[in-house]
Amino acid sequence: MTELVVNGAPVTVEGDPDTPLLTVLRDDLGLVGTRFGCGQGLCGACFVRLGDTVVPSCQTPVWQAEGQPVTTVEGLSAEDTPHPVQQALLDHQAAQCGFCISGIVVRAAALLEEEPDADPDRVAEALDRNLCRCGAHRRIVDAVLAAAEKVASPS
Amino acid sequence: MTDLPAHVTANPRLGSWVAVADGVVEVRVGKAELGQGIATALAQLAADALGLPLDRVRTVAPHTGLGPDQGLTAGSLSVTQSAPALAHVGGVVRTLAGPTASVDDYVARIAGLDPALDLTDQPAAGPVAAAAVGADVPRTDLPDKVLGRPRYLADQRPPGLLHGRVLRPPSVGATLRSVPDGWKAPGVTLVRDGSFLGLVGEREADVDRGLDQLARDVDWDEHDLLPDDTDLPTWLRSGSHEDVPVLDEPGAPGPGSPDALRASYSRPFLLHASIAPSAGLAVWTDHGTHTGVHVQSHSQGVHGLRDAIATTLGLDREHVTVEHVENAGCYGHNAADDAAFDAVLLARAVPGRPVLLRWTRPDELTWGPLSSAMTVDLQATVADGRITSWSHELWSQGHTARPGYAGNPGLLAGAHLADPVPLPPATDPPAAGGGGSTRNAVPGYAVGPRRILGHRKTDSPLRTSAMRALGAHLNVFAIESFVDELAAAAGADPVDFRVAHLDDPRAAHVVREAARLAGWGSAMPEDSGRGLGYARYKDRGAYCAVVADVEAGSELRVRRLVVVADLGRVVNPDGARNQLEGGATQATSWTLKERVRMDRRRLLSGDWELYPILRFSEAPEVVVHLVDSDQPPLGAGEAAQGPTSAAIANAVHHALGVRVRDLPLTAEAVVRAIENTE
Repeated sequence: MTELVVNGAPVTVEGDPDTPLLTVLRDDLGLVGTRFGCGQGLCGACFVRLGDTVVPSCQTPVWQAEGQPVTTVEGLSAEDTPHPVQQALLDHQAAQCGFCISGIVVRAAALLEEEPDADPDRVAEALDRNLCRCGAHRRIVDAVLAAAEKVASPS
Repeated sequence: MTDLPAHVTANPRLGSWVAVADGVVEVRVGKAELGQGIATALAQLAADALGLPLDRVRTVAPHTGLGPDQGLTAGSLSVTQSAPALAHVGGVVRTLAGPTASVDDYVARIAGLDPALDLTDQPAAGPVAAAAVGADVPRTDLPDKVLGRPRYLADQRPPGLLHGRVLRPPSVGATLRSVPDGWKAPGVTLVRDGSFLGLVGEREADVDRGLDQLARDVDWDEHDLLPDDTDLPTWLRSGSHEDVPVLDEPGAPGPGSPDALRASYSRPFLLHASIAPSAGLAVWTDHGTHTGVHVQSHSQGVHGLRDAIATTLGLDREHVTVEHVENAGCYGHNAADDAAFDAVLLARAVPGRPVLLRWTRPDELTWGPLSSAMTVDLQATVADGRITSWSHELWSQGHTARPGYAGNPGLLAGAHLADPVPLPPATDPPAAGGGGSTRNAVPGYAVGPRRILGHRKTDSPLRTSAMRALGAHLNVFAIESFVDELAAAAGADPVDFRVAHLDDPRAAHVVREAARLAGWGSAMPEDSGRGLGYARYKDRGAYCAVVADVEAGSELRVRRLVVVADLGRVVNPDGARNQLEGGATQATSWTLKERVRMDRRRLLSGDWELYPILRFSEAPEVVVHLVDSDQPPLGAGEAAQGPTSAAIANAVHHALGVRVRDLPLTAEAVVRAIENTE
């Protein structure tokens, strides 16, 4: 049994504590927004926030998440209010297949908390562990910059 | 009633196209949402055809039991083929049901139409003014994807679900020697048929652990069948081939013609490298008198897949249903169909239970169909500043092995069954479909007599099939690199030289416009260069010119791509721009980074470090300009790839004075080219 706090809610999960956090999120907690891309920690599709860091949940055994809050893509938006990064991605239509986008949302949201003034090069560099195959890279960077502006001076 | 759209003739019943649910007209389409935004674009076309506001129309994914058979979602043809079909369907509906003053009333009347109505013998009202078409309508599928909602096939969790995995052989041609007697692992059931090995279980964690254990416990017989990946051009020219003759005009240079300038170009094998591993969901059901299977797949062609499953397993095709469910981006014939069939084989072992099968990342990067390596020899003569003759000879594997193509089911696991259904060598689409190896092998320029000949290699152990642009990628790369070389030989500017050889004003326009928008001829920083590439995709599709700005200092970086395209009439301009940006960016990745590595036994591309693709900090700025046009739509998804690769190589030549003719265009390739020049 492992005690977790996921998106603000305490949960208890059964099973082997070495199970990847990603599998627990998707199969036990029904949080399928965190996507399986490689299972090798190399593509960023499964990024979640663990405490203050962004980690690949496919390479994080569930025991490691005990005692630290887990935030997934589902936890970044309120019922009717997308996170500013999500809203900007929709405004810019900054995705094609979208399979990489959950991990990008998580990474970009963390970046904007830490470095609200990030410039285009910094945003791109911060996303270098997220792979996108459809070629939406520059739209995504532009959207993250627009979100940063929105956060800095909400209209 | 002449000139009925082909897809209406093939799918004449109204009910295949239109139904009403909850006050919304559901338009069934035979084209799949692959991340390219087609579900939204087709909803725009359907709304205008029906004379309805966009919010009263919804497109429904391809389904073999319910929707029209529109063949494959491929070849940049979805809008080209669907626009006339939807116009006819909508025209018939307007004739029979309205529109009336009240939208609700009109929709209710549509709901009352007979689904069995034959669309081919009904008068269709003429087109109405565009309302939705031409607007930047936001994608209907993106909110789910951006907000992390369940949307993809891999997210499906129906009641009673079992998870499945397949243990693929470690190498091409390997056969299963032994599985330990009574093999078992906690929480999983082994499924075996010949060399096909799979696991199913209630818990995904058990299935993953079981797969690791199975991989350790079984033995295979392996063989060294693979080519030397450091000299693919030589290998492509060796062995047996089928000739694909295209043109042989008197006066064209023959092989090794003494008067001609010549150069050879090549590219390695490439991967689809989708961000999600392929998946399939299947339920096998015993109906008493027969068994049947229901499949969810992210295939590009659910009807072809249905037939291939039925053929391979000896089922009546009426008892196999395949519906499309979105998954990660699809750039051609990837492993989607194979994964669907894997799911069927596992589901057959556990009747009544849905099985969600997912490939592993290493399998996705080594067992999906490859995009063929190619090499091209070009020759041309130049006199008085003009090209006067041309020869293009190429060697490649085939560019399609889709399910059902050329009468073969072509499903990977079929070859591993105890009663195997072998995988035949890839072939090519017919010339009428744009060809495959020889796609875009005919230059779009006035070049005098031409000799164009393909040689399709038929004895390769490597499985290849269609990936975006097929042979057009390397053919255009070669032609457009060579045109720059010829311009230099003629002492001409590459843009002027091209325009002087282009008879089609739409072609000349995109070339001139791309050069103008990119600031052609303006000064550039040291170690930087600018180059252009142009093609009309498949000789009948979109016109596209790309100008690349590169920096070739300590590392090679593509800074900016200016893309100008004439796509004819555009349904969703922002969606079309997104497709061109993506195509150009993906082609930048192919050009700068990508190459399948192998030893003589195994593919060595099983993770993202072994098969690197373009990262965010390497992605160029992409500026897209669409030419205003009221001509028929020409498609967008595959227009930019060849021109982008050539533009980059031409820009590198402009920056450094070296010509890289063998992709990928890495720093090492540049150094090698410099050494070869000296």
